[in-house]
Amino acid sequence: MEALQRVFGKNAAYLLIGPAAIWLAVFFLFPMLSLLTTSLSDPATGSPINGYTLTWRVDNYVEALGEYWPYMMRSLLYAGIATLGCLVLGYVLAYAIAFKAGRWKTVMLVLVIAPFFTSFLVRTLSWKLILADNGFIVNTLQTLHILGEDGRLLATPFAVIMGLTYNFLPFMILPLYTSLEKIDPKLNEAAADLYASPWQRFTKVIWPLSLPGVVGGTLLTFIPATGDYINASLLGSPNTQMVGNKIQQLFTTAGDYPHASALSVILMVLIVAMVLFYVRRAGTEELL
Amino acid sequence: MSLADQARGDLKLTGLHKRYPNGFVAVESLDLVIPQGSFFALLGPSGCGKTTTLRMVAGLEEATKGTIHIGDQDITDAKPYKRPVNTVFQNYALFPHLTIAENVAFGPKRRGAKDPAQEVKEILALTELTEQANKKPTQLSGGQQQRVALARAIINRPDVLLLDEPLGALDLKLRRAMQIELKRIQEEVGLTFVHVTHDQEEAMTMADTVAVMNKGRIEQMGAPYDLYTNPQTTFVANFLGRSNLIKGTVVGREGSGADAVVKVDMHGTIATIKASKVHTDSDHGWVGIRPEKVLIQPEGQAIDAPGAALSGAVVVDASYIGVSTDYTLRMPWGQEITCFEQNTGRRGGLIPVGTKVDVSWRPEFAFLLDSAQDAEAGLEED
Repeated sequence: MEALQRVFGKNAAYLLIGPAAIWLAVFFLFPMLSLLTTSLSDPATGSPINGYTLTWRVDNYVEALGEYWPYMMRSLLYAGIATLGCLVLGYVLAYAIAFKAGRWKTVMLVLVIAPFFTSFLVRTLSWKLILADNGFIVNTLQTLHILGEDGRLLATPFAVIMGLTYNFLPFMILPLYTSLEKIDPKLNEAAADLYASPWQRFTKVIWPLSLPGVVGGTLLTFIPATGDYINASLLGSPNTQMVGNKIQQLFTTAGDYPHASALSVILMVLIVAMVLFYVRRAGTEELL
Repeated sequence: MSLADQARGDLKLTGLHKRYPNGFVAVESLDLVIPQGSFFALLGPSGCGKTTTLRMVAGLEEATKGTIHIGDQDITDAKPYKRPVNTVFQNYALFPHLTIAENVAFGPKRRGAKDPAQEVKEILALTELTEQANKKPTQLSGGQQQRVALARAIINRPDVLLLDEPLGALDLKLRRAMQIELKRIQEEVGLTFVHVTHDQEEAMTMADTVAVMNKGRIEQMGAPYDLYTNPQTTFVANFLGRSNLIKGTVVGREGSGADAVVKVDMHGTIATIKASKVHTDSDHGWVGIRPEKVLIQPEGQAIDAPGAALSGAVVVDASYIGVSTDYTLRMPWGQEITCFEQNTGRRGGLIPVGTKVDVSWRPEFAFLLDSAQDAEAGLEED
């Protein structure tokens, strides 16, 4: 620090945060302002080609919410179920990697991130084939009479939620693993020594100590899953559309930027509010 | 009714054996009875099996063979959380997300105590932690964390308290203070303490009985005084304090009963050793003498010892340590022996290096060990 001060003078600290500040201004602040102004513009007088002028039209928000709230609710529901699914599956796997994998630890971690080596889109499309009406899984379930004669998986809420769970699972596993891996195995022994049954050892020691990973993982899963539209559009039907699909349609098909922007802002505010409430409740403010 | 509610008793290990899957035998058919209420130390170098023994008693390691009893109760196969045994772990293993009071209340709560606040208060007072009750473990010093680990275990009033190198992470001064503290607490609560350590001074300071372990077996067991003054193997002689071991040949046995002695020829000088301190049947042995029992005097001056004096030794090194001086002497046959001399001031200075000295000791302090044993056994490698 002293050397830096000699070179840059008293304002060394400001100079050092400069690059980050510029980065934030260009890639976060500016697009955000653009989104906000568009969301308050009159959709009737502007167009995507000629641009919009800010008219403080708050009605955009009222209309967006009035029209699309069911999609908003569906998004929260699907993302919520997918996050829970990721948490259960991810916890088991992260626990196994952290405590039981031994020399296979690195291999297993590489396998967790291996799906990222191919495109998100291609992987989601391949689920379309796996869950297809004449596919192996549907046929087997029909033979076992778990699914009816004309029962299907594709284009159902199940397919969408499963797609979300599948796609965001690594984002749950990695923070969980990081948290679990830091727990001293001796704490488990100490708890056993102090009369805690295996279940109590989990609820009183392992789970509380893994909370930072649980909060981090659920946020990294829930937030992108709520705004996702790929899974719903590839694996779902018109009846399973999420708010992301509506925003996408408003922007690209309808060319109604002000309503699309308003809907985006509503989604963002809603998510930020829920995250703040959640993090406070979990007592993990230091994550923010 | 849980195991912990039943009557207490001695801890009894019978033929306890631990063989790891890779073939390493950590503990070899150990037989041991630790009386109820005693302070027992398992002393040995790292890898001697002392910690494995402790972990088997705690239930954290499975015994390959043998049984573990407390009183009449067989706990060999009991789950760790169902044993009336608690452990103070080497690095304490305190729960970082809980306060000190919650850490201490952990055991009682798992055993169904609705509100152990009063008990917690008493134990925290006993371990002088009352003011730390609402802090988290990371806010405490090493010595305080150590006391939390102890409080967390003794609040359960286990039949046996296991301490795994509990003072190993503390600095020397704090360690000495905690030794006295631990001993006080043990006397106050009256529980059976089984203390594992590699620090011989720690074991001797605290324990009523010390068992010296080596390579999965107990070499010798007894009160610290008996172990130190009458070691039975070269390992014990070297590991517990230091010893000078001089090759000798038995030339005669005289007297009977308590007066029986063995005469040993050490390079031409005849030493007399009490029969109770002779631990070999063969005609060859190591004559052992502790460095502080060795008396020296510049050649020709009288030595305050009734036995024969060895002459012709030369001082090759004198380290002044303040309270004492540590002399290294080269004997006529080439061996170097050590002599600690208290600096009482009587001599009026140090004996200069190069001085020829006579060496002797009081015969009752010498012991004779089996010459088949390694004279270097138990010496700590630096």
